Amino acid sequence: MSTRTFKVDYLARVEGEGGLYVKVKGDSVLDVRLNIFEPPRFFEAFLRGRNFREAPDITARICGICPVAYQMSSVHAMEDACGVKVEGPLRALRRLIYCGEWIESHSLHIYMLHAPDFLGYPDAIQMAKDHADVVQRGLRLKKTGNEILSFLGGRAIHPVNVRIGGFYKVPEKRDFEPLVESLKWARDAARETVLWTGRLPFPEFERDYDFVALQHPEEYPFNEGRVVSNRGLNINPRAYEDNFAEVHVPYSTALHSVLKGHGSYLVGPLARYNLNFERLSPLAQETAREASLASTCRNPFQSIVVRSVEVLQACDEALRIVDQYERPDRPFVDVQPRATTGYGCTEAPRGLLYHRYRLDDKGTILDAKIVPPTSQNQKAIEDDLRRFVGKYLSLPQETLGLQCEQAIRNYDPCISCSAHFLKLSLDRQP
Amino acid sequence: MLVIGIGNDYRGDDGAGLLVARQLRERVPSAVTVAEQGGEGARLLESWRDAEQVYIVDAVRSRARPGTIHRFDAGLHPLPAPLFRDSTHAFGLAEAVELGRAMNQLPASLTIYGIEGKRFERGAALSPEVLTASEELVKEILENIRRLFLPLEAEGGLQYN
Repeated sequence: MSTRTFKVDYLARVEGEGGLYVKVKGDSVLDVRLNIFEPPRFFEAFLRGRNFREAPDITARICGICPVAYQMSSVHAMEDACGVKVEGPLRALRRLIYCGEWIESHSLHIYMLHAPDFLGYPDAIQMAKDHADVVQRGLRLKKTGNEILSFLGGRAIHPVNVRIGGFYKVPEKRDFEPLVESLKWARDAARETVLWTGRLPFPEFERDYDFVALQHPEEYPFNEGRVVSNRGLNINPRAYEDNFAEVHVPYSTALHSVLKGHGSYLVGPLARYNLNFERLSPLAQETAREASLASTCRNPFQSIVVRSVEVLQACDEALRIVDQYERPDRPFVDVQPRATTGYGCTEAPRGLLYHRYRLDDKGTILDAKIVPPTSQNQKAIEDDLRRFVGKYLSLPQETLGLQCEQAIRNYDPCISCSAHFLKLSLDRQP
Repeated sequence: MLVIGIGNDYRGDDGAGLLVARQLRERVPSAVTVAEQGGEGARLLESWRDAEQVYIVDAVRSRARPGTIHRFDAGLHPLPAPLFRDSTHAFGLAEAVELGRAMNQLPASLTIYGIEGKRFERGAALSPEVLTASEELVKEILENIRRLFLPLEAEGGLQYN
């Protein structure tokens, strides 16, 4: 029986350096490997020996697309360690800056990276030749997200205004005015985005995933909640490592995560949406229905619609936060270190982001652990591909190859974030 | 008129574009905006949206002699992507130019200068070759600006910073 191999040496339109390897014999899929060769980053090691107050600025550097997620998981973990809870307007501002990040990250992915797959273009540039107005809308939406980041964070990438306990500086109510105008436009554009993505053609493909996301009693999750699944998992983020394990695989510099006793699981927009549909704003729920997106969605290709619903949710939520904002007396609450371990889970655009830090009584970081969403999704991506290739083996090789890439982009993988130390081989060239 | 220097100060010669921007900022008429950026494509598109005449300076790595100044008229031809694309990361200068072209959103005049770098290691200083080339390029851009503003200067209407 003949063996067929698909190889994509460099995946395009994903963040970072990765490849794909699929081996097929007859009509069975022998091997699927998402190959991550982004060099190791050593962030957990950099953090050791640093003061706990430096963590949000160091971890923000892990990603230029989702720096806020890293800042938020680290500040929450440190506050957890120090026994401090940030409430009121400071908590709301943290949700607001997270809205900005979801808007910019999701809009970039929806319009520039993922949509061309559905419309049959090799990239956004070719797509723009026929759909200039659509691409314009995407770019302007992305810009609105960046405006929130600049406004609250001090700059559009790697914000500098976030600190343990709150912010260095907080805005006056009147400062929000220009932002409100942008956000009102963005909310309408986000609604159009949901309806537009809802009309894209989706390959027929569903999987019975283990969805994992944060869940909060009242809110669509950003910064706070329990880690839950659709299979009965319901834990405090502190118990994350009792329930999830990381494993090395030789072909990836990113660790693979498994849910103990279950295997692969899925984090990110699809998981959040399925576990939290009723916590979306009425506008987001109604627009999802209008786009024929059911409250349960198991087709990973429809993640582009779900991401659009989340952009709408973020715009709606941002406007609500701005409307209710009252400037706090102080931009932060005092946090004093103590010798203990802190845990933080927040919802990065790509899914659950876990941080754990052990501190001494002076606040020196003794040990750090960071589990980014793309690591957690690697096995789910490979499982998707295994089944997808199995189902569509009769397609011409080129078409199937392209659809495999599209299937990977369903996850908006952020490879730079997920690359870990595994084994370093140095090839020294003159 | 807009001048954008692109680069990263912490990666040796990758800081060339930023250096040129900083040197120009002190010496251009106030009608010229000088910006420093990291090279993210969407932001570039946004920056040149309302500008007529745009100069962009970036470092490149093409195995030419370090300090070589490459000049491109982006209105006429696509940029040789390998020169301005050092990784597969999403969306940079070459893509921004092509996306701008596809959407009819390129400035009337878009000149892109690439300074050939020698070392891009973390924390390295700018190489002497690149320092010399940057000075030369600052003079060249200033001269271009001066020529464009000549009619205004003659009327005495030109303000310097």
